[in-house]
Amino acid sequence: MPKVTIDDISIEVPEGTTILEAARMIGGDIVPPAMCYYSHLQGTGGYCRTCIVQVTQGSEKDPRPMPKPVASCRTTVMDGMVVKNTTSPELLEARAGVVEFLLINHPLDCPVCDQAGECHLQDLGYDHGKLETRSEFPRREFEPIDIGPHIKLHMNRCILCYRCVKVADQLTDGRCHGVISRGEASEISTYIEQAIDNDFSGNMIDVCPVGALTDRTFRFKSRVWYTKPVDAHRDCPTCSGKVRLWFQGDDVIRVTSRKDEYGEVTTGPEGNPEWICNTCRFDTKSVHDWEIEGPSHIQRQSVISANHYESLKALKVTTERMYDANPHGTKVDLGEGALDPNNESK
Amino acid sequence: MSAKILLALDHIEGIASLPVYAQHGGYAVLKKVLSDISPQQVVEEVKISGLRGRGGAGFPTGLKWSFLARPEGVPRYLVCNADESEPGTFKDRYLMERNPHLMIEGMIISSYGLGANTAYIYIRGEYFYIARILEKAIKEAYAAGYLGKNILNSGFDLDLHVHVGAGAYICGEETALLESLEGKRGNPRIKPPFPAVQGLYNCPTVVNNSETLAAVVPILDKGGAAYAAIGIGKSTGTKLISASGHINRPGVYEIELGIPVEEFIYSDEYCGGIRNGKKLKAVVAGGSSVPILPADLILKTAEGAPRLMSYESLAEGGFQTGTMMGSGGFIVMDEDTSIVKNLYTFARFYHHESCGQCSPCREGTGWMERILHKILDGHGSITDIDLLWDIQKNIDGKTICPLGEAAAWPVASAIRHFRSEFEEYVLNPHLIEDVKHYYRLQTT
Amino acid sequence: MHNMNETNMTSQSQLQFSEARMAEIRELLTHYPENQSRSALIPILHMAQSDFGGWLSVPVMDYVASVLNLLPIQVYEVASFYSMFNLKPVGNYLIEVCRTSSCWLCGAEDITAHLENKLGIKVGQTTADGLFTLKAVECLGSCGTAPMMQVGANYYENLTISKVDSILEELKKENKYSRYC
Repeated sequence: MPKVTIDDISIEVPEGTTILEAARMIGGDIVPPAMCYYSHLQGTGGYCRTCIVQVTQGSEKDPRPMPKPVASCRTTVMDGMVVKNTTSPELLEARAGVVEFLLINHPLDCPVCDQAGECHLQDLGYDHGKLETRSEFPRREFEPIDIGPHIKLHMNRCILCYRCVKVADQLTDGRCHGVISRGEASEISTYIEQAIDNDFSGNMIDVCPVGALTDRTFRFKSRVWYTKPVDAHRDCPTCSGKVRLWFQGDDVIRVTSRKDEYGEVTTGPEGNPEWICNTCRFDTKSVHDWEIEGPSHIQRQSVISANHYESLKALKVTTERMYDANPHGTKVDLGEGALDPNNESK
Repeated sequence: MSAKILLALDHIEGIASLPVYAQHGGYAVLKKVLSDISPQQVVEEVKISGLRGRGGAGFPTGLKWSFLARPEGVPRYLVCNADESEPGTFKDRYLMERNPHLMIEGMIISSYGLGANTAYIYIRGEYFYIARILEKAIKEAYAAGYLGKNILNSGFDLDLHVHVGAGAYICGEETALLESLEGKRGNPRIKPPFPAVQGLYNCPTVVNNSETLAAVVPILDKGGAAYAAIGIGKSTGTKLISASGHINRPGVYEIELGIPVEEFIYSDEYCGGIRNGKKLKAVVAGGSSVPILPADLILKTAEGAPRLMSYESLAEGGFQTGTMMGSGGFIVMDEDTSIVKNLYTFARFYHHESCGQCSPCREGTGWMERILHKILDGHGSITDIDLLWDIQKNIDGKTICPLGEAAAWPVASAIRHFRSEFEEYVLNPHLIEDVKHYYRLQTT
Repeated sequence: MHNMNETNMTSQSQLQFSEARMAEIRELLTHYPENQSRSALIPILHMAQSDFGGWLSVPVMDYVASVLNLLPIQVYEVASFYSMFNLKPVGNYLIEVCRTSSCWLCGAEDITAHLENKLGIKVGQTTADGLFTLKAVECLGSCGTAPMMQVGANYYENLTISKVDSILEELKKENKYSRYC
């Protein structure tokens, strides 16, 4: 198995693993951000350029560095490869440049965007962007359109990751939307006014890293950080039936697939992505239709976890642990992992 | 061999037709190759010749050929890149229009060497009338038994087709070209895999420029070593140069690589000097993508040695003081030329031609054009010049394909060598006469 | 250049390539492996644009999709990518003036300004009689014979103001259609 070193951490990975996947196996801060790559969709990645890394040693056999930064999502690991991500100031500077490009035409309408709070472009901007824009020109503008009864397309927000096109290609029959025009004028479109409607079209919303494709049944209902995600399932004849219900009070106001820490749909026991069908997503919003499994695990850094939705259960455990850790002390650092439900079982 | 190799016959009346081409020795090399030379030897001769890709990248052709995967039972393809679209370049058009059979003969020999039984000429859509010339020539070649099954009883089969594009500079990038040939948008593919392993229809494919493939004929005629004897150092053979701009004799010239740039610009055999007795201001030596150089640096290197028309000499000094051979699109600008406006036309070009697939190029090319437009309109500021510099730096090397670099380098070089002119535009726009056309400071 | 008087008026229900065109398409399809007929898309779009009025309407593109058994979106994606495909109606003659470096250096802007003046339209517009559409385009590989313009498949090079005038006169007299193929 080839061994790769990323930001001074070495790992052995199966043949054919990409740098990005190897970094995810290591985990933590060294994982490059990825806006267009999606492991469950074939042929994604390489477009957004946010996951670029510096390869300072190509391989054991050919130690020459790669002359330019490479897209980690599309570059396969070689034995003895040495990669720099967060340890290369030049690379971070280059990534900031990419982020700037992604933002010069973005409307920055987060206050009215349903994606806010779970938007990868927001995260990217916080983690890798600059404080101010240097572009003074009018932004590209499109009218928001309804593509079918369930999905709203805000092309202004799109970063052209192509994920939704791949979903339509790989999950549904008869794709009827795609990328139209070229260059800066490129847009996601059906070209003619047409509804995108098939059993799995809703997954386009889940793979969209920004607020370009949003759920019309959830539109302006709430901010995601005011809602409480709960994992649930049902016996669905069409899909895995494994979903995340988003509660506001006692009402389910949104249904999505379950996502992992990289924002991708979780996988089932056989490694199959747990895509969900439109019936589960749009038409099954009574709590009685679902078997509740418990609060969803949301990454601590996400704004969604700030509302302590896992509060009661988690707090009890946390209090005990705090006491265990420091029975005589007065000040306990409520730090890393304190509210992490993964710790509950320990 | 004389310096006139590819254009040796271009003046002959009717050379585009097969009988006339044959009268002047046409297809004799093909006959010799098919009867006396093995495919491996063809590749070997091209390697020995030192021929480098004439489309712009200058990659050794023989080496590129040697990368071609040869799995059993999988077809291999040769594709001629006739999507000539680099501003300042029109030599392939000239070559194909005047002497289509030379390139076709080169393609048959190359296909034989590579073991390809199907070959395509991907030609830019705007050259429709040349596609017709090529189709006619191909028909003649089929009729004469130079194409089709069992060519000249050699047992070698080859089908050759012309495929027209529809207006997209990006299709000159070989993987975008293959996408386009497959009936898709001209989005460059992410490499690896390279076309030599997975090219057209996922099969091993070689993509070569028209001029490169034409050069295979003289190489197999006289031998790789004889070809390598022409030229200078690693710049072997001859190169077609498209000369345009403010010169007395614009046109396509075949030069022996290594002649002085000064000779090329001022000799009556080539450009014939600057039009209207003006002085030389700057040259874009290899098509719009390569760095622009001011007169002193294009005529002489920073060390003061005469600059030569060769891959190495043009590149001497790196991007600080040198440029590149590129596609050989030689654009000459006289003393009155606005470098800023010329750069604007380039920036507008790259903005128009970006495929939009990856973010730095999609977003950055339009941004650069807008800033240049603002500067030309007299509303620029010094920070705009610095911003332009930053944008090109952030595009350079961050994109899927070389269009990013192609858009970045002209901006970087224009600012590097002509910063004072940019400053003049932003500080004293009212002093610049006729900003839209020329750059001339008012004297009063 | 085809005279497309009849087909220019084709209504949507009449969308059908002529038998001669179909024969051409059948021949074209032999250029590509059997399972790769999609390769013929761009050449067929050129034919469709020529035969059905100089531009690609949605019904025309849908028709092409049906000829090649493609999804309509696959055709829209391609047609909208390439600059030679017109997705809006154009005049009988589409005049394309090159504006990139060498042509600009040699006076392309004067040629464009003259054309705008003479035709009474701006770049991107069509004359009221529907005869001419003026378009500014990027490098057409005519840098040594700059300035230049393309009308249909024809290149007009080393342009001067008076040369442009006589070309316009000639085109008016011919009263045909400019087509690439």
